[in-house]
Amino acid sequence: MTESPAPLWEVFIRPRTGLAHRHVGSLHAHDAKMALLSARNIYTRRGETLSIWVIPSSAIVASDPGEKDMMFEPTGSKIYRHPTFYEVPDEVGHM
Amino acid sequence: MAPVSADPRAAWLIRVGDATLILGHRLSEWLSRAPTLEEDIALANLSLDLIGQTRAFYTRACEIEGGGRDETDLAYRRAERDYRNPLLVEQPNGNFADTIARHLIFSGYAYPLYEKLAHSNDTETAGIATRASREMAYHLRHAGEWIVRLGDGTPQSHDKTQAALDDLWPYVPELFEVDDLDREAAASGFGVDPSTLRDEFDATMGEVIARAALTRPADGFGLHGGKTGRHSEWLGHILAEMQFLQRAYPDARW
Repeated sequence: MTESPAPLWEVFIRPRTGLAHRHVGSLHAHDAKMALLSARNIYTRRGETLSIWVIPSSAIVASDPGEKDMMFEPTGSKIYRHPTFYEVPDEVGHM
Repeated sequence: MAPVSADPRAAWLIRVGDATLILGHRLSEWLSRAPTLEEDIALANLSLDLIGQTRAFYTRACEIEGGGRDETDLAYRRAERDYRNPLLVEQPNGNFADTIARHLIFSGYAYPLYEKLAHSNDTETAGIATRASREMAYHLRHAGEWIVRLGDGTPQSHDKTQAALDDLWPYVPELFEVDDLDREAAASGFGVDPSTLRDEFDATMGEVIARAALTRPADGFGLHGGKTGRHSEWLGHILAEMQFLQRAYPDARW
């Protein structure tokens, strides 16, 4: 076999109007169109979906887990940044 | 050859369902054997779509008959000669290109069939066909995109795909053959005359085959018989596996 492994794609699904696309998983495909078709097969089998995004995994820039202390730890002690000091009206819906 | 049903409308609908049942079973044979995980799930989805369509067609046919038969009787309790699927759908899966080429041909025929059947004067049948046509539009795209990539891929994938098309092309004419049952179904406004689907099929095949850098096989030679119950050697083996459980344990439940 001389075939090259298919590149990895990340899949994002928008389940309903008003909600954002959410990362649901990944898959292998040789190009964008096939990635989209595969995403439909694998991740939209059990319910309505309004939209799919597929993005080459290689296009994602990720933070370094080794830097998590610098990146994320400082926010832990800043409770005043959490929106927990007021009531969110029901009419606002999803936030 | 005795008709599949005393009611010509039911007989016509059962024939449509026989094609999707046998192809659905064929595709299910890929489960756990497809070239990639992604394609394994895809083929299983296509298979389930087809078996779901079969259930709807059979159930409606049984309602029209108004007798004691149900979908299980039609799917699992008939003999080989009573199935009226075209020979194309019982052909073996072969390699991946064979399966995809078979699916391109079938969906290129079934998509316009369902689109026309969506205008049946039987509202139930029209509704089933409307839903099925959406599924079949996806089947056609899935198969078409794969054919393009296989045909325009490596020299090896190109040759295998061309061979698959060449091998399967003799089964194309039967899909569009017209017999008295078709004429009656079309004339009454219930069904579709399959010969009216050929132009759209040719246009679809021409477009996909050109994009795939493949050569359209020559028309002319045709193998047929399935529509009248005269099958290739493959159907008996399919039924043996498909019907085993129902024959050994009638009405088994779990």
